[in-house]
Amino acid sequence: MKYLHLIWASLLRKKVRTTLTLLSIIVAFLLFGMLDAVRVAFTVRESLEGASRLIASSKLSIIQPLPYSYQAQIQRVTGVEDIAFANWFGGIYQDRKNFFANFAVSTNYFAMYPEFVLPAEQKQAFLTTRTGAIVGANLAQRYNFKIGDKIPLQATIFPHKNGGNTWTFDLVGIFQARDERDRNQEDQMMFRYDYFDEGRTFAHGTVGWYMVKVSDPSRAQQVAQAIDRLFINSAAETKTQTEKQFTLDFVKQIGDIGMIVSSIMGAVFFTILLLTGNTMSQAVRERIPELAVLKTLGFSNQSVLWLVLGEALLLAAIGGSIGLLLAMSGAGALSAAFRGGSFAVGAQSWLSGALIMLVLGIAVGLPPAWRAMRLRIVDALHEL
Amino acid sequence: METLVTLRGITKNYLRGKQIIEVLHSIDMDIAAGDFVALMGPSGSGKTTLLNLIGGLDTPSAGSIEVAGTRIDRMSSGELAKWRAANVGFVFQFYNLLPMLSAQKNVELPLLLTRLSARERKRNATIALTLVGLEDRAQHRPQELSGGQEQRVAIARAIVSDPKILVCDEPTGDLDRHTADEIMRLLQQLNREHGKTIVIVTHDPKAAEYAQRQLHLDKGTFAENDV
Repeated sequence: MKYLHLIWASLLRKKVRTTLTLLSIIVAFLLFGMLDAVRVAFTVRESLEGASRLIASSKLSIIQPLPYSYQAQIQRVTGVEDIAFANWFGGIYQDRKNFFANFAVSTNYFAMYPEFVLPAEQKQAFLTTRTGAIVGANLAQRYNFKIGDKIPLQATIFPHKNGGNTWTFDLVGIFQARDERDRNQEDQMMFRYDYFDEGRTFAHGTVGWYMVKVSDPSRAQQVAQAIDRLFINSAAETKTQTEKQFTLDFVKQIGDIGMIVSSIMGAVFFTILLLTGNTMSQAVRERIPELAVLKTLGFSNQSVLWLVLGEALLLAAIGGSIGLLLAMSGAGALSAAFRGGSFAVGAQSWLSGALIMLVLGIAVGLPPAWRAMRLRIVDALHEL
Repeated sequence: METLVTLRGITKNYLRGKQIIEVLHSIDMDIAAGDFVALMGPSGSGKTTLLNLIGGLDTPSAGSIEVAGTRIDRMSSGELAKWRAANVGFVFQFYNLLPMLSAQKNVELPLLLTRLSARERKRNATIALTLVGLEDRAQHRPQELSGGQEQRVAIARAIVSDPKILVCDEPTGDLDRHTADEIMRLLQQLNREHGKTIVIVTHDPKAAEYAQRQLHLDKGTFAENDV
């Protein structure tokens, strides 16, 4: 510890260079923290314990439909209080850049989701209008939708049986999220499944997934297992999980999140390794006479090695810690922005981060430290 | 007077490419405790090489070096580092202070290798700075000091751990005449009043006059009348 001021002073010798190096390490670890939080969120399977709603979808793939007939069978499972279903539509409103989520849903969908506030008369209108659609308040505001409007969507998966790709819906309701934090849920559109199923050209009588309300959340695990057991060895086996896990699996369709994250991080740290390694080598090259003086005064080869290595490790530790602290608040903001996603820089990320800091510090510090250790005093003093 | 440094048959060779260059040839030398020796000679005569050997910065190709009864020519680099920390103070031509540390912290550097507490290190550094007349510049960094002041700080660093011998390589080589005289008077004072054994290398005959003895090296050996 008595050498700490010496290490610190060496780092502050070229303040601008050290600050820039530190910034690059901070950004690298901020990125690492955020991406690792995403990776963990996509990798860790959430416990079913305590879930009041479950989602049953195809075990094979989220895009594989399930028979409509499963509804009655699931409804009979002990512990199932209610069941609704939905099917991804993926329609485009006017232009591809106007993407928003749109689903065909069963008429009891809103009864299943009390967190979406819909006036009673609008709920009633949805029940009585076959072409009825409901949008979230955000969406309505963005496209200036009003009740009574006709909303045309261009199908990307399901052409209409009339031969065209245009599906027209009558806007009968605008819902709001009960909780301010769920405002991003207001960016979606739901319409009636029966209208959709009748109008599509294929896959009649199938649904995308079932939403199951359980009567006792403490028994959610058993209910999920019972549902999956019903369809085991059938042509369409199910996987019943929490809504959050379902959402994450849905997003995971874009690819192997873990591999994407690892690839990005690999590239980032490789670049940081080269940058920081080069900076450290340059810093030590400039200080060879000073290191020779320390050796002259009696500092051993090992002491000089640790002084230089200590600089690299301290730089990596400071930059890494600041980066991860920033990532913690960044992950918090990410969680707030995406309902259903709980992104956090947890102990595991800190542990991995600490390990990377150590490896980074050693990798960039060891070559110049080794060189400093092997300095011959007489030769180095000649460089004065 | 008791002999502090004894050199016998010292030869030092360097390899330059495939050629062996003999820098010192069979040198014998004794330096008594409390002596003040000036090594003089033309460039390339081996003065600095000899000083480096006495200070334990280098090892001879042949011969023996004994300082205060300890053979240092057979020591490993680790043993030599420990020995230097305890026995030798170094003063260089270009001061060689660490630019990012204050004068006080520079003087404290050799004490980091001792078991002294932070408070003791600070106290000893203050005493050393007072001895060289720079107690009021303790918190100044090297770039805030003049050349003469920097050399005084370097001398304070050299004496702070109370070494047996001070080795100084061209201590006035980068200073004007007036400042050079001040530095030499300070070294003389350390020699006379504090009994420090001092060996300096210098090209400057005026600086060498402050020493008790002047030894002349030429082509790796002492002049006839020396030693």
